[in-house]
Amino acid sequence: MFGDFDAVLLARIQFAFTMSFHIIFPAFSIGLASYLAVLEALWLWTGQDRYLNLFKYWLKIFAIAFAMGVVSGIVMSYQFGTNWSVFSDKAGPVVGPLMAYEVLTAFFLEAGFLGVMLFGMNRVGKGLHMLATGLVATGTFISAFWILSVNSWMQTPTGHGVNDQGQFVPLDWWAIVFNPSFPYRLVHMVLAAYLTTALVVGAAGAFHLLRGRASQEARTMFSMAMWMLICVAPVQILAGDLHGINTLEHQPPKVMAMEGHFQSHPNGAPLILFGLPDQAAATVRYALEIPKLSSLILKHDLNAPLAGLDTVPRENWPPVPIVFWSFRIMVGLGLLMLALGAVGLVARWRGGLYKWRPLHVFALLMGPAGFVAVLAGWVTTEVGRQPFTVYGLLRTADSVSPLAAPAVGASLVAFAVIYLFVFAAGMFYILRLMSHAPHPGERGPEQGQPVRTAGITPAPAVAAGANP
Amino acid sequence: MSGLDIPAIWAFVIAFAVFAYVVMDGFDLGVALLFPFCSERHDRDVMMNSVAPVWDGNETWLVLGGGGLFAAFPLAYGIVMPALYAPLIAMLLGLVLRGVAFEFRWRTERWKPVWDIAFTGGSLVAALAQGIALGALLQGIRVEGRAYAGGWWDWLSPFSLLTGAAVVIGYGLLGATWLVMKTSGDLQLRALRLARPLAALTLAAIVAVSLATPFLEGKYWQRWFEMPGILVAAPVPLALAGTALLLFRSLADAHDYKPFLLSLVLFGLCFVGLGISIWPDIVPGRVTIHQAAAPESSQIFALVGVLILVPIIIAYTAYAYWVFRGKVDPDAGYH
Repeated sequence: MFGDFDAVLLARIQFAFTMSFHIIFPAFSIGLASYLAVLEALWLWTGQDRYLNLFKYWLKIFAIAFAMGVVSGIVMSYQFGTNWSVFSDKAGPVVGPLMAYEVLTAFFLEAGFLGVMLFGMNRVGKGLHMLATGLVATGTFISAFWILSVNSWMQTPTGHGVNDQGQFVPLDWWAIVFNPSFPYRLVHMVLAAYLTTALVVGAAGAFHLLRGRASQEARTMFSMAMWMLICVAPVQILAGDLHGINTLEHQPPKVMAMEGHFQSHPNGAPLILFGLPDQAAATVRYALEIPKLSSLILKHDLNAPLAGLDTVPRENWPPVPIVFWSFRIMVGLGLLMLALGAVGLVARWRGGLYKWRPLHVFALLMGPAGFVAVLAGWVTTEVGRQPFTVYGLLRTADSVSPLAAPAVGASLVAFAVIYLFVFAAGMFYILRLMSHAPHPGERGPEQGQPVRTAGITPAPAVAAGANP
Repeated sequence: MSGLDIPAIWAFVIAFAVFAYVVMDGFDLGVALLFPFCSERHDRDVMMNSVAPVWDGNETWLVLGGGGLFAAFPLAYGIVMPALYAPLIAMLLGLVLRGVAFEFRWRTERWKPVWDIAFTGGSLVAALAQGIALGALLQGIRVEGRAYAGGWWDWLSPFSLLTGAAVVIGYGLLGATWLVMKTSGDLQLRALRLARPLAALTLAAIVAVSLATPFLEGKYWQRWFEMPGILVAAPVPLALAGTALLLFRSLADAHDYKPFLLSLVLFGLCFVGLGISIWPDIVPGRVTIHQAAAPESSQIFALVGVLILVPIIIAYTAYAYWVFRGKVDPDAGYH
């Protein structure tokens, strides 16, 4: 059945598939964990019920998203060995310890305090519960730190040597962890996670405003999301620009593919807005371009020369059409996020934040935009790294496990069936939770269980005491 | 760092992580395995609640075992993972199904039975696959150069099926004794009635695996039945027999927490026995820990983190268990 495919391609499809499913959940839970910490802190600080209600509302959604992130993440920690065993043997001495640190400093922290965060409010008291929420949020950030360091080292490897067995060996851990592309990638990804969460929260708020359920909670979350967007989207665009310039320095062929520059331009390169890249013919058909703008963006000089893929041996070209298009999807969505934030700001200024329906429709439509942008961004950077796993040093074709194509193909089918089933159910439950408006007296994740008449936590009584 | 055998320390670290995983996820997988014997919905709620706050942390030890192997013995990681491809993928998919069931089950009425099946079925597949993986490792895998050289069905043998069944039964015992400790009333009684035959079956499985193992490799035979190996090895079966006796007595007395603790000891002794068989190999009979070791700078860098952080992790894990100590309240579940 899989005789026509080679094991390398199947292994890549499987990794891309399991990774794409996985990345959605951390992208959401990094942002949502921080949002929950902010909500709980605001509740403790102001004593206002609406923050507690929102906290409990989003906590239920967080529980589901987090569980899906955990189980799909465990798969990832074994996929390196099952599908990329030669990569594991060769790069393990460098990237293995970094991933061990991720487990030690992040996964245990998240898992250890998640139980307390979800189920423990009436057992540990408010202060310790706040601490648990803060530690879970911190854990999600630490996790991003290490795994992005690993990823960045594969893109811009530094601080290593090569031993007799052909293994990469660490020489300078500082140079490995803080390799040249890491700071840019970390900032870009964490901001992307915040934006993704803000868009989801904003869309949920907009949905309830559109349905005429303008409760205090719905207004609060919509307002918070719009503030987040207008503050973070411009910073993200700036961070993305700096990341691109960093990539131009260390991985020029990736930028050439993103820009669709098959030819070199000695006197200023045009910015190709759209077109159909043809890899075989090494040209972009029907290109719509603005002269010299690419040189201005990348080199801050209209006439700066920019080399094209014609300076790179063909066997080292990444698949240009994929990178070209995924990059445009990401940038386009980023600009739309900025637009939503700006429209929200104008509406707020004119007093129409909770009334102006076109804004709410826009916010609702943008709900999934963060996920799509994150996926498009990852496709850009990972496909742009091809045909290497460790950039310039270890080819993807030389990294794969000695597996028969039927084994990889059969497991790919199994992953596809079970993931689609499980994640469709998860999305359904999350959307159903979001479709209920947050309301006073919101319950936490204990829903579905008999709850004592006094309420599951002392919070309502405390809050009532604070606001007589 | 002369004088210190860093790879040996790492081998113990990974062994510790794997053991922590086996006993901790063992009881929560085991609880899921017992769902078919407790058909009442409320009982199932309580059973799941007894592990809901801790399962995620338990499973993290599996990631540490895999991640530690990757960091400290990348060659072994690269050989073992393709060799155990099918059982490992099955295990991962099983863990996916039962992991999401923890959350999904509470979000639906109509589909609750579906997620109950996912919970039990996923746990069964994961437990069976772990046992099969153990058996496949013990019976030896084909290695050429720095890579696995066998086929993708090599793991399947009567021996690996035996170890698969043994792990399922053993996890069942851990789950049943956990429930004896964490629940009360009718459910506790039912768990106790399940624990007794499971203890007997576990013992039978241990004996069967122990009898079969020495015939797999000449080296195992030497360790267990010839001098000087027998000096180290002999106390293990004796201690095991004593522990089994105490376990049966505590179950007969319907004791609260002793059956669980004695089951842990039973697992610990089996683990020591395994260690005696395969030491100092990391891929049994093929690759030693020193051959597979990552460069010393890699091992030391990660080991510093392990030595500082694992005690802290154990401390806050213990705290999390402490927060949810005592019997599960069947009326006011905290899930």
